[in-house]
Amino acid sequence: MRFLSNPNFNFLKWRWHAIALSAIVILAGILTVVARGGLPLGVDFSGGTVIVVQFTQPTGEDRVRQALGTMSSEASVQRFGPATNNAILIRLPLEPGADQDNSLSAVSERVEQALRAANVGQFSVINRELVGATIGRDLQQKGIWATLTAIGGILVYIAVRFRFGFAVGAVVATFHDILVTLAFLTWFGYDLTLNVVAAILTIAGYSVNDTIVVFDRVRENQRILRRESLDTIVNQAVNQTLSRTIITAGTTFLAVVSLFLFGGEVLRGFAFTMLVGIVTGTYSTIFIASAIAILLSKRPAVSSPQGARSVEARRKRA
Amino acid sequence: MQKNLRWKLLVIAAVTGLSIWSFTPPSRKIALGLDLKGGAHFVLEVKTDDAVRLETETTSEQLRVAAKEANIAITTRVTGLETFLAEGVPGGMDQQFRVLADQLTSLAFTREATGGGTHTFNMRPNIAVQRRTEAVTQSIQTIERRINELGVSEPTVAPYGSTDNQILVQLPGLSDINRAKNIIGQTAVLELTLVEAGPAADQASLLQAFNGQVPPDLEIIGGAAPGMGAAYYLIRKVPAVTGRDLRNSRPTLDEFNTPAVSFSLNSEGAVKFGRVTTDNIGRSLAIVLDNQVMSAPRIDGPIEREGRITGTFTPQEASDLALVLRSGALPASLTYLEQREVGPSLGADSIRAGVTASIVGLLLVTLFMLSYYRLAGINAFVSVALNLVILLGFMSYLGAVMTLPGIAGFILTIGMGVDSNVLIFERIREELASKKGARQAIAAGFDRVLITIIDTHVASLIAAAFLFQFGTGPIRGFATTLFFGLIANVFTAVFVSRTVFEFVLSRRPAGATQLSI
Repeated sequence: MRFLSNPNFNFLKWRWHAIALSAIVILAGILTVVARGGLPLGVDFSGGTVIVVQFTQPTGEDRVRQALGTMSSEASVQRFGPATNNAILIRLPLEPGADQDNSLSAVSERVEQALRAANVGQFSVINRELVGATIGRDLQQKGIWATLTAIGGILVYIAVRFRFGFAVGAVVATFHDILVTLAFLTWFGYDLTLNVVAAILTIAGYSVNDTIVVFDRVRENQRILRRESLDTIVNQAVNQTLSRTIITAGTTFLAVVSLFLFGGEVLRGFAFTMLVGIVTGTYSTIFIASAIAILLSKRPAVSSPQGARSVEARRKRA
Repeated sequence: MQKNLRWKLLVIAAVTGLSIWSFTPPSRKIALGLDLKGGAHFVLEVKTDDAVRLETETTSEQLRVAAKEANIAITTRVTGLETFLAEGVPGGMDQQFRVLADQLTSLAFTREATGGGTHTFNMRPNIAVQRRTEAVTQSIQTIERRINELGVSEPTVAPYGSTDNQILVQLPGLSDINRAKNIIGQTAVLELTLVEAGPAADQASLLQAFNGQVPPDLEIIGGAAPGMGAAYYLIRKVPAVTGRDLRNSRPTLDEFNTPAVSFSLNSEGAVKFGRVTTDNIGRSLAIVLDNQVMSAPRIDGPIEREGRITGTFTPQEASDLALVLRSGALPASLTYLEQREVGPSLGADSIRAGVTASIVGLLLVTLFMLSYYRLAGINAFVSVALNLVILLGFMSYLGAVMTLPGIAGFILTIGMGVDSNVLIFERIREELASKKGARQAIAAGFDRVLITIIDTHVASLIAAAFLFQFGTGPIRGFATTLFFGLIANVFTAVFVSRTVFEFVLSRRPAGATQLSI
């Protein structure tokens, strides 16, 4: 079986359209985030209380909200898992200073008391996450560090193995994927948790992976087709690797769809992030990474007087 | 069969065998994380300020007592965490005071005469750091002792985080979280101190005999008294015996058959306790736990080794108190920064879901590969399946913990394994299309793609290494799986897959041009 035999699309023709489309999506994402006052941080990063209670009888979210009384104005109450589970997730913000005067569990105890007092039904707590402000800040910092250093490491590796312009292309494509994924997470109401950060970092790795495959082919073609322009060589490489790009995206997508459908409630955010990331990663590999690589690789070749001067000046300084 | 090929098959069989041996039986060899097994995870902060303040308070009190014995009447005042003042040193005694003070405090404090008979003492910075570090180390040891007595299997108690005062405690499979929290967090400082006045319902009536002023060597603390509810006691600042002199403690019953805790003292403590009780028959002795008077029984006669703490305990509370006293006091108070609990049922659900997702994912991918690449699809399945086997082997050999994000890492490994195969197969198809023989096409396909596979894997390995270095908890579990999945994948996609092709070709004529791909 074969989906594409000898594809020969002119992808570079579409690069400005692609860049415009991406810019619109990313801009809309940024506007949404700004409008709602920041990224939808989960308790891991914002600190707070999450309790999942499982009732022995079917119980609606409204009953739980009623039981919480005045607390419910700040609480988010939602179903956890399939309806047959009778499990409900309650999230409440942190009380300031709770992790310094040893009252981290105060909010969660109040919730349990309120549920018992309102006689909602027999229940047990199947999951509890209480994160103080100190740890939330720590995890935020570590998450940001992990992301930046990982991407930095990849940048250095690609810069060593390929041209610097290619490294920038790969990294721009990666940031593109991260931003688009964050936008979709916000639109679909998923919280940014540690698991989701792990997924985002996977997406980064995946996107770079894809990009390197194309760049490797560019490098190989450059050796064979010395006379062709960079545009042609790159476009040819994208076409040559196109069926691989699509099949890999497809199979990984299959694996992740099964994670999304069967992986359980705890991994749903992770799986959703991966689904979005695979689509945008494939798109950015085909349309964004090579476009940027070409733009940056061409500049020194075009003998603009300014560019030449600055190179000259740098040489003199060195 | 070629000799070369036989060797390759042997290597593959050996690696497979070793990996399977490494994770059999899985129930024992593969350690599950808290998110899969259920249990509790805490991050605690040691209030190391407590330890520093204690050092300052103790030293200032020691200096005051020593000066009093040398007939130098001074008062001391703690003015900061690391600072205290000695005031009212008589002019004529200044020289003697300096000698005495330096002898007693110069190891840990600097002294500065600030005029008017006042000396300022500041803790030396290295001593302060040392006290803080000790406080964390001792806390970890104490918590370990307490948890071991609780009987939790495979607990973790370790320093944590970027600041030096955090402790991570993980208790897999634990169900009674609140009890564990109380046992871990109780400071459990036990002091036996002579009562000067009390119990009384308010502080003012205690001080009637002292002109309304608390004398410098006494202090007022709260507690319980029979028939009074809340009450106050005026007690000596320096305890007769402390928990450090404790040899053992165990739950018991008092004369009214209510739960109590009995304790016995070591020989040094017994000597001190014997002397105090002999000298003070008829007075009351306060049993102070964490700055609360638990009870203040009358001393009826000399007591040496045994004592008893009574109060309103449930049997469980009495045995928990005995446990924390046995394991020693914490050098500083603790506060909970993070608390996570996963119920065992949720953990089991997650395992089931994770395994289902992995199997369905592998099946879907295999079905696709078989229909798209025909027989070569089997090749991909073999290499991906072997990849998972080796990954499991790695994980159990290194004692890595399997977490939910780790399972996600497995699924990603499936994806990457297939990717490498697709890359190779597509290239082989290209080479076949340029009218090469099957053998040459396979050789060229693998050779050309090798460099790409190395590039992609190295880049991903770099990312995984940084994730592990800077990530926490779930991110680390994920990074570990990803890292070893990548390494296993280079082996299976490049070496195993090629060997399988060669094995198939070895049974066909040398000039074969057809390949089921």
